Parts: sequence; C-alpha cells; structure tokens
Amino acid sequence: MIEATALRKSYGDTVAVNELTFTAHAGRVTGFLGPNGAGKSTTMRLILGLDTPDSGTVTIEGTPYRHLKDPLKTVGAMLDAMWRHPGRSARDHLRWLAATNGLPDKRADEVLALVGLTSVAKTRVAQYSLGMQQRLGIAASLLGDPRVLLYDEPVNGLDPEGIVWIRQLMHALAAEGRTVFVSSHLLPEMAQTAQDLVVIGRGRLIYQGTTADFVARTSEHGVRVRTPHADELRTALAEGNAEFTETDGAFVVSGVDSDRIGELAFAAGATLHELSPITGTLEQAYLDLTSEAVEFPAAATPGATR
Amino acid sequence: MNLLRAERIKLFSTRAPWWCLAIAVIAPLGITALFFGLAGPEIPANIGTTQLGTGNGRTVLLVLAVLVTASEFNWGTMRLTFQAVPSRVPALLAKVTVVGALALVLGLFDSFASWGLASVVAPDADLTPHTGADWRTLLGQGVVFLLTAVLGVGVALLLRNVALSLTLVLVWTQVLEGVIVFIPGVGKHIYQWMPFYASQQFTGGGGFASGALGLPAPPLGPWGYLGYFAAICVGLFGAGVWLTQRRDA
Repeated sequence: MIEATALRKSYGDTVAVNELTFTAHAGRVTGFLGPNGAGKSTTMRLILGLDTPDSGTVTIEGTPYRHLKDPLKTVGAMLDAMWRHPGRSARDHLRWLAATNGLPDKRADEVLALVGLTSVAKTRVAQYSLGMQQRLGIAASLLGDPRVLLYDEPVNGLDPEGIVWIRQLMHALAAEGRTVFVSSHLLPEMAQTAQDLVVIGRGRLIYQGTTADFVARTSEHGVRVRTPHADELRTALAEGNAEFTETDGAFVVSGVDSDRIGELAFAAGATLHELSPITGTLEQAYLDLTSEAVEFPAAATPGATR
Repeated sequence: MNLLRAERIKLFSTRAPWWCLAIAVIAPLGITALFFGLAGPEIPANIGTTQLGTGNGRTVLLVLAVLVTASEFNWGTMRLTFQAVPSRVPALLAKVTVVGALALVLGLFDSFASWGLASVVAPDADLTPHTGADWRTLLGQGVVFLLTAVLGVGVALLLRNVALSLTLVLVWTQVLEGVIVFIPGVGKHIYQWMPFYASQQFTGGGGFASGALGLPAPPLGPWGYLGYFAAICVGLFGAGVWLTQRRDA
C-alpha cells in the first residue's frame, strides 16, 4: 500500500505537486493519470525518497521510503528505463543493483529469465532496443521480489506486443497481492490496465476511485431523442424539469436519464423514433476533467469547440 | 560489504576504467624507460628521478576517479543507487573505498615498477633506497594516489557532470598550478600552497627543474605537506557527500 498525505513540492516558483493525497491499495493496479507536466514523475520521485517534499508525507506499507532497510525487498520501481550505463551488460547491471541490498547474483539471472532477456544477458545494453531496455528496467524492479511496484510511463515507445506484455505482467503482479502503481498520460491504456485511478492535473488531485466509476461518472453526455410529435415532447420535457436542445429535428436531453424521458414521452403520447444515451469515450471524459489543468494548453482549434 | 561488492562490480564492468588503468601503467613506465635509456650524464639517476613519470599515472587515475563518479550522474545510475540505498552516505563511502583501494594498489605498482624498470635500464646507477626519504618517495606514491582518488570522487560529487569535472581537474593539474608560480611577487608563495605541489613535497624528488624556479624555502615539511594535501582531498569529498545528501537526486 502507498499512502500520500498532503504532498507538496515546488521547484523555484513552480509548484509541481500541490497538497496531493491518495492511496494505492494492495492487490490492485492503480493507474496514476495526468497530462504531461502534471507532476506524476515528481510524485514518483517523492515516493522513492529521491526528492524531498516541501511538506506532507508519503509512506510505503506504513514506512517512509528512506527508513526502509534494503528497500529493493519492499519496493521495486522503474522511473526511467534509461537509468543504466550503456556499456554495461544487463547481467552486470542487475548484479550490482542486487548486491546493494544483499541479493545474490542468482536473482539477476532469475529476473532476466522472467522478462525473457537470458539470451542477451551478457550483451552491452547499448545494443538493446527500447523494448529490451524497458524489460531490463522491469527486471530490475523485480530483483527483491517486492510487495510494492512503481512504474513511470512503462509503455512509452513500446510496440503493441510489448504493451500487451506489460499489461499482463501488471495484472499478474497485482493478482499475487502486490500493490502496482503505474503512471501514464494515455487514458485508453490505463482503462485496460488499471482497476483504480488517481487522476491529477497541475499537481492537484482531480479524481481518486475505481476506473469503472470514473467512466460511469463522466461519460454520460445526455440522451438523443427523435420524435414526430415535437410539440408534445417539448411540453412534457419542460414539465419534467429536463434541459434540452434541438438540432436537425432531434433533441439532446440532459438532467434526466433515458428511462424518465421514455416515461414522460409515453404520458404525453409522443411516439419516439430514437432514444439513445450519448456515451462519450473515456478519453473525452479525461479531457473534460483535465482541460482546466493542462500546463501548456494548445491554442483552441477553430470549429472544434464543443 | 554488500555495498563494496556493488561498487566493485560497477567499477570493473565498463570499459573506461580498464582503459584508464592500462594508460596509467603504460605511460609512467614508458616515460621512465625513455628517460633512463636516453638521458645523458647531466641528468642524475636516483630514486627521485625514477618517479618522474609516476605523476602522469596519477593524472590518469584522477581522470578515472572523476569519470566513474560523474558518469553515474550522467547515466542515472546514481539515482538507482540512491533508490537502493536511500541514506546515500554508505553508498558514497563504499565508492570512495573501492576507487581509493584501486588507487593505492596502482600507485604502489607504478612507483615500484618504475623503480625496477630504471634499475634494469640503468644497471650502473645506484638506485638502492638508503634513507627514509628514499622509501617515502617510493611508498608515498600509494598514499598520494589514494588521496588523489578521494579528491576526484569529491569533485565529481560536487559538480555532477563528466565534462565539467574532467575539465576542471585537468586544467587545474596541467595548467593552473604550473602558471601560478609566474605571477610576479606572490606567485611563488601561492604556488607553495597548491595541492599537487604539496603532494610532490611529500613524496620528494620534486624533479630536477624546480630549482630553476627559484622558490623560497617550503613553509611545511614533507609530513606537514601530506597532512595539508590530505585535508584538501578529504575536505572536497566531505563537501561532495554533504551536498549529495541534501540535494534532490
């Protein structure tokens, strides 16, 4: 379990993380979602004690990271797959890291097998593809068989096969009862990977809860209704306190759900040709929520305003 | 012990340290061989002059110490190290111990190998160590190499950048210390407080050229100079550790 309480970190005048409170639970994949520059990587560094927060606390299984003895045995992390010396072999990279926490060389070989890099274990990392370097980073995170795992943008730059592999790995790790905390700026990917979501924008918490709730809460954008009896329906909707707009002979109704609209229309004797809830995509919901919180918004695209 | 093992694996698992070591052995021995093989009778053959090339080995070692520390910041492995050792200081002490031990061995090897090679090339010269000063010239190289490694790690921790740290230590050792002596008036006195001048005063055999500079009598004895040099090296390392512990990684 990871618990952050009122975390705050600023660099100069820029507040990167602002009063951020959230929890990531054991046995679940928690997606850490936000636009680029929202403070995800900073938060990850605060969790791992690489940066010191201005105020607030963050604990792992109840203990601040810097107080953990042999932390690799409690927390595995990959904040950046490029944190390695390109001239060193994968096996040597894992051997030195394992040695810091008293883990045997055997563990390096085991995690290399786990991520499928055994055949290139003694090759200099400079010759690795991006996907192989990501696998090496993930191997490093698994060295100490930790209860808590942190990954910062693990699927960035991966091919579809690599993405599926990482997604399945996260699910498997969580199914074993581990806490998996994974950041991304890509919502569709998170929707398929994460059971819980922590959404931030400009360093502030926007949403914390299950992915399913996030989708349900934010994806209904109204109900589209078509009828040949427009006058009757208009009156009925007005009496039912529903808000609506009319375009091209169709109503878009909001404020009441489709069940209620059907009942109102029936009572008013209006025949319905269409009654369909408009479900926005998860991507749309995410954009709506974070649009206020994008650090460097693009200029509005003409004609694309909604 | 775990951290020493980790730093040992780090040190010997990339190519650069091996290259540095090779150069740090070949260059001093080559210089010694050429010097004793080609020098005419006007050059005295003694214990001091067998060590004229050793300083070059020490410069390469300084490059090695800076490189293996500063490159960890460039490649991000220092962050990985701090992730594994969040209190940071033990990891830095392990690094300076491993690099320092290598420096000690290298310094002794360079000094005795140069001396042995000189004895072979110039069999007629009397190169048997007689006095305590002779032994200090030979054994002292190990201590000076060790302290130089500590200084190199310290500078790299302070600057956290390969290019910057290497430029600084090379310009300092190869240019700055040498030209300070030419500042009119105070130059000679400042020169006598320069760290690498101090280390040379400890090992002695300051070279046949230093007499021409017309330096005043040195303010410290050999052991005083060792203490002074050690204080600078350990001080820089301490400052590097202090800053690294406080800074965001």
